[in-house]
Amino acid sequence: MTEERPFSDITYEQFLSEEKLMASRCKKCGRLFVPPRSLCPHCQSLKMEWAQMKGKGRLVAFTSIAIGPPFMVKEGYNTRHPYCIGVVELEEGARIVARIEGVAANNPETIRIGTPLTVQYLHQGAQGNLKTFLAFKPV
Amino acid sequence: MLRERKLGRGVAVVGAGLSKFGVFKDKNSKDLFTEAFQEMLASVDKGLEPKDIDALYLGNFTNDFFTHQAHWGPIIADLIGHTPKAATRTEGACASSGLAFREGVFAIASGFYDIVLVGGVEEMSKRTTSEVTEGLALASSPYEGQIGLTFPGCFAIMATAYFEKYGATRQHLMNVTVKSHNNARFNPKAQFNLSIRDIMDSRIERARSKGEPIPAWKDEQEFLLDPVVNPVVSWPLYLFDCCPISDGASCMLLVAEEIAKNFTDNPLHVAGIGQGSGLDLHAVDDLTFFEATRHAANEAFKMSGLNPEEIQFAEVHDCFSIAEIIHLEDLGFCKPGEGYKVVAEGITKLDGPKPINTSGGLKCKGHPVGATGTAQLYEVWKQLRGEAGKRQIPNPNLRVGAAHNLGGTGGTCTVTILERR
Ligand SMILES: [Zn+2]
Repeated sequence: MTEERPFSDITYEQFLSEEKLMASRCKKCGRLFVPPRSLCPHCQSLKMEWAQMKGKGRLVAFTSIAIGPPFMVKEGYNTRHPYCIGVVELEEGARIVARIEGVAANNPETIRIGTPLTVQYLHQGAQGNLKTFLAFKPV
Repeated sequence: MLRERKLGRGVAVVGAGLSKFGVFKDKNSKDLFTEAFQEMLASVDKGLEPKDIDALYLGNFTNDFFTHQAHWGPIIADLIGHTPKAATRTEGACASSGLAFREGVFAIASGFYDIVLVGGVEEMSKRTTSEVTEGLALASSPYEGQIGLTFPGCFAIMATAYFEKYGATRQHLMNVTVKSHNNARFNPKAQFNLSIRDIMDSRIERARSKGEPIPAWKDEQEFLLDPVVNPVVSWPLYLFDCCPISDGASCMLLVAEEIAKNFTDNPLHVAGIGQGSGLDLHAVDDLTFFEATRHAANEAFKMSGLNPEEIQFAEVHDCFSIAEIIHLEDLGFCKPGEGYKVVAEGITKLDGPKPINTSGGLKCKGHPVGATGTAQLYEVWKQLRGEAGKRQIPNPNLRVGAAHNLGGTGGTCTVTILERR
């Protein structure tokens, strides 16, 4: 029952674990928010509706990170094995920051802004403590 | 420009102090603030009775994380014998003491207090680089920190957007780095007071004395392109594009303008203050500017009645080289997309028409985050009083300078304009 879930960060993460990228749309001004918001910052309306994103977009900016925080180091990322994070503009217009998989993070000069991307869900952690990270990869 | 905002009563700066910035395994936050406080006391030309300080505003970002100790307002109040009077900690990430300065100004302008100490402190170096990276990322958005985005990462993302939109390259960032190092050479309080050329010479000398192959860098750019000396941190930002991990403290004494003559015949006046806030990376449509800076600058200009061209020099928040270029544009010192050209033309050099970061900036002076805002204003104080020594701007008519302090990835920004009248 999609419609009954609150427009919250927790719901957003639940949806990600179900492999759905969900936005909230303001019923008053029509603006779209990913992650979802319950209060529209443009018109302060509290009337929102869910909108499922197609998960298609393009890369608008990115970085390849060689020195990450401890939890990324634990995942095996380091100066020899950097990871890529980018800003993705979805086809629907909203933007989101996500991991970018399937690109040469070791060779960032080859990564092109404008690259068409498609969503990918990274399920990590042990049973009972599963967390889903939003990622995108080239189409 | 029309003055659209004003203080209830004028506020003057009559003293300033700065600890040495660097990595100090043998000094804690109290030791560092003591250093800054001592220099502040000595800097008040006609003297200050410390018991006359009405209130303390202290910027600190996250000593809670770095030292497992919070509640720094009363700790520093106790240190300087200020209890039981008011002590307030301000937090705005790397703009924490920019906020402290502003709160101090308002406290006096309101008429409630006459003499206020503002400052900041941060003690970062007792953690590993990876831990500090995590600590600083506390100031980015929850969505961004969780997926592994770091502070350098946020600015690196802005750099790729800026490069794409305006055609700048990594070489343009190097101009900022070379200039910062040149300025810091003359700043005895700076964490790194060597020019890039000095660093090259010392490495060549070391290789020679050890009988190792002599590096064959032709110039500063070649040195900075060498991945051995300048490894990537978060592409396209490399080690020399990033400010260091630092310990340090700074403070300034603010008084009501009408009593400033009791402290000095050479006060500085708070001509303009502004503050802005901004959105997460994912929520902005254009990643090549900071809305918070534009708003803060506009407020400060409106209060001062001054235009960007009338600001003779400035300290801007160069946590990363790309940031300095973007700030030049957001502060109105040049048009959007021209910041990198202005730097390449030498306009922002110490002897250029608009000197920027004469202290060496965050890159070379160091960036103990909570101390940075008032440390920037300390440099403006030194320059406007003609006390900057070898890095004194060669302009006999120096009258107006500004400091721009940015918190997080543009979540908080303060712009402060000081003036000699
Ligand atoms: Zn709305």
